[in-house]
Amino acid sequence: MWALRRVAIVGAGCIRVGEHWSKSLGDLFSEAALASIENAHGPSIDAVFVGNMFSGFAIHQEHLGSLLADAVALSGCSAAKVEAACASGGVAMHHGFMAVASGMADFVLVGGAEKMTDTSVPETLHALMMAENREYTASSGITFTGLNALVARLYMEKFGATHEEIASFAVNGHRNAVNNEFAQFRSAITVEQVMKSALVADPLRVLDCCGIGDGAAAVVLCPLDRAREVCDTPVEVVASSVATNVLSLCERDDLLSFDATRRASGRSFHAANLSPKDVDVLEVHDAFTIVGVLSLEALGFAAEGEGARFAASGGIALDGAIPTNTFGGLKARGHPVGATGVYQIVELFWQLTGRAGKNQVDGAWIGLAQNVGGVDSTSAVHILRRVDS
Amino acid sequence: MSAVRYWRETKFRGRLVGVKCRGCGKVFYPPRKVCRICRSKNLSEEKLPERGKIISFTVIRTSPKGFERFEPYAVGLIRLENGVQIISQIADCNPSEVKVGMDVEATFRRIKEDEQTGLIEYGYKFRPLRLESSKISAEPV
Repeated sequence: MWALRRVAIVGAGCIRVGEHWSKSLGDLFSEAALASIENAHGPSIDAVFVGNMFSGFAIHQEHLGSLLADAVALSGCSAAKVEAACASGGVAMHHGFMAVASGMADFVLVGGAEKMTDTSVPETLHALMMAENREYTASSGITFTGLNALVARLYMEKFGATHEEIASFAVNGHRNAVNNEFAQFRSAITVEQVMKSALVADPLRVLDCCGIGDGAAAVVLCPLDRAREVCDTPVEVVASSVATNVLSLCERDDLLSFDATRRASGRSFHAANLSPKDVDVLEVHDAFTIVGVLSLEALGFAAEGEGARFAASGGIALDGAIPTNTFGGLKARGHPVGATGVYQIVELFWQLTGRAGKNQVDGAWIGLAQNVGGVDSTSAVHILRRVDS
Repeated sequence: MSAVRYWRETKFRGRLVGVKCRGCGKVFYPPRKVCRICRSKNLSEEKLPERGKIISFTVIRTSPKGFERFEPYAVGLIRLENGVQIISQIADCNPSEVKVGMDVEATFRRIKEDEQTGLIEYGYKFRPLRLESSKISAEPV
């Protein structure tokens, strides 16, 4: 392989996740993108990558690269939508990384945006099943939540983990979101509340699941050796990897092994010459509590079958072994699907530059973000490192 | 769903037909053009067994578009007798009766009706194995 350039993040911005009835997809994207560009002191952008999952379905609009570049007055630059279901944002980030690392572009805007409240809930559930093998799996009437419920039941049966232990992932996210002004759900919850909430797809309950919300987030990337031109506190992207697994859950030999995440994190740890013990702050894709648990295991932060107990015993808390989802995660910050992977990067950027407010992890130097599409059919894993000043 | 796509997939979805790799013997469902295990392109159609066991299940209480009238309904992850796994709605029983390890059999059913085109989609669902049918299929297939 030829020598890659080192890549830095020099600006970040996002909007609060929620039901933005008065805002279009373009409005959502513009607010986040303009905030990130302003944060980077307005460099000349060469390329735009936009993570989005289902604008064609939800608002009958595609061609988001040109549309959204124009929306933020960047017509002329290279631009494209990147789609990988709920991993769209993380994969867009990977494309931005490749553009800068390869030398093809200097300043790149990576955004993620999703408009989820222009459709009814049944329509949105229908759209989310586009992450699976549409006709062969969806004709069973299963929802995306249902697929994860199958996994949750298998996990509990195989490892003897309790639902209460798994539920601690949601409790952790909500606790952290209280201090995040951009979070969708800013109320603390208890394990008892999760266990008493309504069943959605047995055994998963409402409070095991992320909500539906609109959102947008964006970062500006550039070569590390130019980062100081526009930013006092750049953060280096030391590794960026994307991997896939067999798309359909039921076609896998081991449904409890998140192999896309194992592959992507293996490549990223190898590229960065780091291991899980080096990571100070972690963002995992907890679209459902069980996904957070299996992600911890696949990333190497907990042994197989131990993720739930690790989370329940405080391992993921702000003062735990590995502070996780410090802005609330997908459960409480929210999960505007195609934007989520970029929210994670924005939040790590803030943690690594001392801007995480009351949830600041002292001495946070290295952060890892894992963003999943489908039930770990695609996984994007990024490792970020604070740059010595 | 378009009528053309429905027609194209009817054999596979309506009759539980997959493909078998002639190189390594692995059976796939849905059908595919190249073996995931040995990359052989020599695959031929293979009728799947119509019986299996539930290895996990869920009960859908908030359904996607087109399935509202079935709520709540059970959906199972089923391992067929030849090891192929599929996801299917579990019909003909109360969702509370569904258990891991339950023996089930395929049944041909109405899946849903397209609101716009009126196309009625048919396909398989699985139901708890019936005693009388278990006698019949004790014969070699």
